[in-house]
Amino acid sequence: MSERWETVIGLEVHVELSTETKVWCSCKNEFGAEPNTNVCPVCLALPGSLPVLNAQALEYAIRAGLALNCKIQRYSKFDRKNYFYADLPAGYQISQYDLPLCYDGYVDITKKDGTTRRIRIKRIHLENDAGKLLHAGDDVTAADYSLVDFNRAGVPLIEIVTEPDIRSAEEAGLFLQKLRSIIKYSGVSDVKMEEGSMRCDVNISVRPAGSSEFGVRSELKNVNSFSAVVRAIEYERKRHIAILEEGGQVEQETRSWRDAQGISVLLRSKEDAEDYRYFPEPDLPPVVISDADIERVRAALPELPDAVMARLMNDYGLSAYDASIIASEREFAQWFLQAVELAGGGQAKTIANWQINELNRVMNEKGLGPEQIPVTPEQLVGMLQLIDKGTITGKIAKTVFEKMVETGKDAETIVKEEGLTQVADEGELLAIAREVVAANPKVFEDWKAGKQSAAQWFVGQIMKRTRGRANPQLALKLVTQALEEQAAKE
Amino acid sequence: MAGIIHKLSAARLNRLFLGGELSAVEITESVLSRIAEVEPAVGAFLTVTAEHALDRARKLDARRKAGDTEFGPLAGVPIALKDNICTCGIETNCASRMLKGWVPPYDATVVERLRASGAIIIGKTNMDEFAMGSSGETSAFHVTRNPWDLDRIPGGSSSGSAAAVAAEEVPVALGTDTGGSIRQPAALTGVVGMKPTYGYVSRYGVVAFASSLDQVGPIGHDVEDVARVFQVIAGPDRRDSTNAGRTPPEVKFGGEPSLKGVRLGIPREYFGSGIEDGVKARIEEAIRQLEDLGAAVEECSLPTTEYALSAYYIIAPAEASANLARFDGVRYGHRTAQANGLHDMYSKTRAEGFGPEVKRRIMIGTYALSSGYYDAYYKKAQQVRTLVLQEFQRAFERFDALVTPTTPVTAWRLGEKLDDPLSMYLADICTIPVNLAGLPAVSVPCGFADGLPVGLQLIGKHFADTQLLQIAWAYQKVTKHHEARPNLAPKGGRQA
Amino acid sequence: MALTISEVEHVARLARLSLSEEEKASMTAQLSRILEHVARMNQLDVAGVPPTYHVTPLQNVLRPDKPQPSLARETVLAQAPQAEAGCFKVPKITEG
Repeated sequence: MSERWETVIGLEVHVELSTETKVWCSCKNEFGAEPNTNVCPVCLALPGSLPVLNAQALEYAIRAGLALNCKIQRYSKFDRKNYFYADLPAGYQISQYDLPLCYDGYVDITKKDGTTRRIRIKRIHLENDAGKLLHAGDDVTAADYSLVDFNRAGVPLIEIVTEPDIRSAEEAGLFLQKLRSIIKYSGVSDVKMEEGSMRCDVNISVRPAGSSEFGVRSELKNVNSFSAVVRAIEYERKRHIAILEEGGQVEQETRSWRDAQGISVLLRSKEDAEDYRYFPEPDLPPVVISDADIERVRAALPELPDAVMARLMNDYGLSAYDASIIASEREFAQWFLQAVELAGGGQAKTIANWQINELNRVMNEKGLGPEQIPVTPEQLVGMLQLIDKGTITGKIAKTVFEKMVETGKDAETIVKEEGLTQVADEGELLAIAREVVAANPKVFEDWKAGKQSAAQWFVGQIMKRTRGRANPQLALKLVTQALEEQAAKE
Repeated sequence: MAGIIHKLSAARLNRLFLGGELSAVEITESVLSRIAEVEPAVGAFLTVTAEHALDRARKLDARRKAGDTEFGPLAGVPIALKDNICTCGIETNCASRMLKGWVPPYDATVVERLRASGAIIIGKTNMDEFAMGSSGETSAFHVTRNPWDLDRIPGGSSSGSAAAVAAEEVPVALGTDTGGSIRQPAALTGVVGMKPTYGYVSRYGVVAFASSLDQVGPIGHDVEDVARVFQVIAGPDRRDSTNAGRTPPEVKFGGEPSLKGVRLGIPREYFGSGIEDGVKARIEEAIRQLEDLGAAVEECSLPTTEYALSAYYIIAPAEASANLARFDGVRYGHRTAQANGLHDMYSKTRAEGFGPEVKRRIMIGTYALSSGYYDAYYKKAQQVRTLVLQEFQRAFERFDALVTPTTPVTAWRLGEKLDDPLSMYLADICTIPVNLAGLPAVSVPCGFADGLPVGLQLIGKHFADTQLLQIAWAYQKVTKHHEARPNLAPKGGRQA
Repeated sequence: MALTISEVEHVARLARLSLSEEEKASMTAQLSRILEHVARMNQLDVAGVPPTYHVTPLQNVLRPDKPQPSLARETVLAQAPQAEAGCFKVPKITEG
C-alpha cells in the first residue's frame, strides 16, 4: 500500500544563537531566568524604543551559513513581519523576507545502509524570538488566561529552511541530528531542544511514487523533539494517504502536533492564513558583507563534522555510519582520537565498537550529554590491554566496563578487587569439567545421543562455577575432553 | 524684571542665569505664572511639571552658587516638549486615550541632552494624536488654540509646542516633524520652527509615527534660539540605528547679514492654485528681501512635488500602521474592560484607545501593505520617493537653498476642515516633500495676511543645517516679523 | 479607487480595529477618496526606479555583544494592565 506513495518533506528549523545579549538590545540572552527580569524598552516594545543589531548575532548567522555550505548574501536587509499575538510585543517581528543572509546550502546525511543523501538548504535568515506563554495545560486554547514572560522576546534566532528534499521520517531524523551536530560544532548555539534553543516545523505532502508534481502540503507546528518529528511525519503521511485513497483532497492547512495523543489537529486553514504584510524595516539600515568579512568568519570556523567524519574513515578505516556517529559530537570525536592515540591505530575499530555499542548506550540510559562522558579514554584503553593480555575475557570486559562507569576506577583495579581475572589454567578447568560432567548424567546422556546444545550447557556450568571468568574456547575444549573421557569409560 | 522674564529669549536667559543676574527659580516661577495666566485661553499643555521644574531650578541655582561653571547653552532655560517625547517619570501620552496616564521608565535621548545642558523641562505639550494631523484638533483631550486668534487652529501636529512659544509661555520648545508638523504650526503661529536633516537628531525615545520620516526639532521666536536648541539636541546616538552619527558644525552668528554668493531657487510648484493671495504676497516680499541681502534668486521647477503628497500618504500610514501595532493593551496603556479572548481584547482596546484620524491612517497603511496591494501602493510610493529625492539633489547642484511658502494658507477656523480629511492632507503640499527626501528645512515668520501669521520656508541640502540657519538668520536680521507677539485678548490680535 | 465595505472589514481585522457599522461606512467613503487621490502617483513612470527605504546611506550599524542593565521587574509590571506571578496576564488565547 504505502510504497505507492512518496513522502515529500521540508523542514523549517529555528535555532537560538548563544550570544551574550539579545539581537536588537543589550538585555541578557539567558535561559531560565526569573520571568520579565531580562527586559528593556526595546524588547518590550515600549513607545519610542528602537532596535540596534548585535554584531555577534550577525557573525554567528554568517558562520552558521558557511558551516551549512551556504552562499552569503552581499547586500542583506531586514523586514517587518506583522501579526498580533500575546508573545510578540511590537505586533511585528523583525525578520528577513527577500534578501536572507544565507542561501543555497546543503547538508549530507548518511543512512544506516551506508548511502548518503544531500538535503539542500534554501535559506537562512536572522530574526528575533518571541516571549513565552505560560498557561494551564498543554493546550493554549483551553486555558482561561495566559501569562506572558518576555525574557525570550528579542533572543536572536536563525531560521533554516530546507528544500522539500527529505523523503522519510528516518531521513528527517538523520537530517535534524546532522544539522544539530554541525550547528553545535560551529559554536553558534547549544542547540538544546529541551530548552527550546532548537525548534522544528514540518512541511509534508505525499504524491504517487514516480510523480514529479508536488501534492498539497500541510504544515505541522509544535513538534518538540526529534522523536516527535518522526512520529508526526509517520502520522501525517498516513493521514494524507487515507484521504487520497478515498478519493478526497488534502487541504492546505497549518496543524498542531499533539504528541501525547499522537495526532495532529487543525490550527489554521489556508483561508485564515496570516497576511504578514512584509515591508523593509525602516529602523535598521542594510547589511553589506564583503569578501573579507566572509573569509574572516570562515577562518574562524572550527573543523566540522563532515571533515572529522572523513578523517575517521580515511585515517582509521571506520565505516561511514560509524564515523558519522562518532563525529556527531565534538566530544565523542575528541574522546575517540585520544583513545586511539593511547592504544594505537590498530585498535581504532575496536574502540569505535565499544564507543558506539557500549558507551553511547550507557550514556543514553543515564541521560548523560556529550560533556559528561563517564569513562576516560585511558580507562577504556587500559581495559582493552587486559583483554589483549588475556587477563579478562571479552565477556567479562562488559562487566568491567559497567563497573568503570559506576566507580570511575581503572580496569586493573576493578579486576583485582572483584576477582575477575580470567581462569585459563587447564588443570583447574579440566577438574571442574570432569566434576560437572559426572554430576549431570542426564545431560551427559543427551550429549551421547547427539544433542549439540548439551556440550554448550556444560560450558555454561563451568562459566557459572568460575563466575564467568573461564576462557570460553578453553572451556569448550576441556568439556569436550571430559565428555569423551566419560564416554570412553562406559 | 519679573513681569518680562517670560518675554526673554533663551539666549538672554542663559546669559542672565550664568551671570548670576537671574536665578533659575525666578525664571521658572515667572514662566509658570505666565502659563497659569494664558493656558485657559491657549490650552498648549497637557501636563505642566511645576514641581519637577522648580526642583531642577533649585538644583541649578545651588550648583551655580557653589561655583560650578560646567553649564550648557540651555542652562536655566525653560523648555516645553511635545508629548510624544518620552520623559522618565513624567506622563507621556501622545494626546491619546491609549496612553493616558502612562509614565515612561526612561528618557528620550533628546531629553537626556537637554537635561545635561541644564534646560528646565516645564511641561508636555498638546499635539494631534500620535502626531497624525495638521490642525491640533485630533488631540483626545482638548483643543489648542492659535494665540493670534483663539477661534483658529494653531496647526499641527506640534500644536501645543508652537502655541506655547507663540503665547510666550516658554521661550523654546521641541516638536516633531514627519510631514511638516513643526514647520506648519510654526508658520501658522508666527514662530520659527526647524526640521533637521533626517539622522541628525536621535529618535530614541520619540514615539514613532513614520520611522523613515520622523525628526525632532526646535521651535523658538528667533533663529538664534532655534539654533541653540538644535545644537544641544543634535549629535550621535548609538541607540538609534538611523542616526547618522554626526555632530553639526557650530552655528556662528554675527557680523553684517549678507547672502552674497548664496544661490536660492524658487520652485514654482509650491505656488500652485491653492495658495492664498495674502500668503503669496508676503512670500514675494520676503524673496525680494533675500535678493536685497545679495542672494541670487532664480525660479526652478520640481515637477514631482504633487506626487510627493500621494507617496507620503502611503508611506507614512504604512509605517505608522506597524509602529502602532504595539498598542494592544498587553503591556501598558489602555486595555478594554471586557473581552472574549485575546483578539477581541485587541480589537476593542484599539477601537477605544485610538481616535478617528489615527484609525484612518492605520487602515490606509494596513491596506497599502496588504497582500496584493504592496507593489501598487507601498513599493510604488517608495519609488516615487526616489524620484522626489533625485529631483531635489539635482536642484541642489544649482542652488544652496530653496525658498517656498511653508503652507499655502493661513490658520483656518476650528472645525472648518474636520469633515474633510483629504483637504487637510492637501494643505501639506509644501512641507511633505522635504520629509520624503530627509532634507533640513526651517520656517521663519515673514509677515501677516489678514492679521494671521505667514511662514517662509527655507530648504537646505542634507547635513547643511548650519548653513541653512545662517541664511535664515540673515533674513531675520533685516526684518522684524519675528518680534511680533499676540496680546491674547479674548479675540486675539496683533501686538507690534 | 472605490473600496467595498467587505474590504474595509478585512483590513480592520488585519489591524485589529473593531469598527461600528457607521464607522465602516464612513471609513469606506473616506479611504476611497484618499486612495483615489493617492492613485495620482501612477501618472509617474517609475520603471526601473529603485525604491528608497532609507534616506541616509548608512549600512552595517552594529552594537557590541555586551550586556547592559535591564529594567527592574517592578518597573516593568507597574503599569501592566493586568499582571500575575511576575508576568503579564492576557485573556484566553483564541487562534487568530
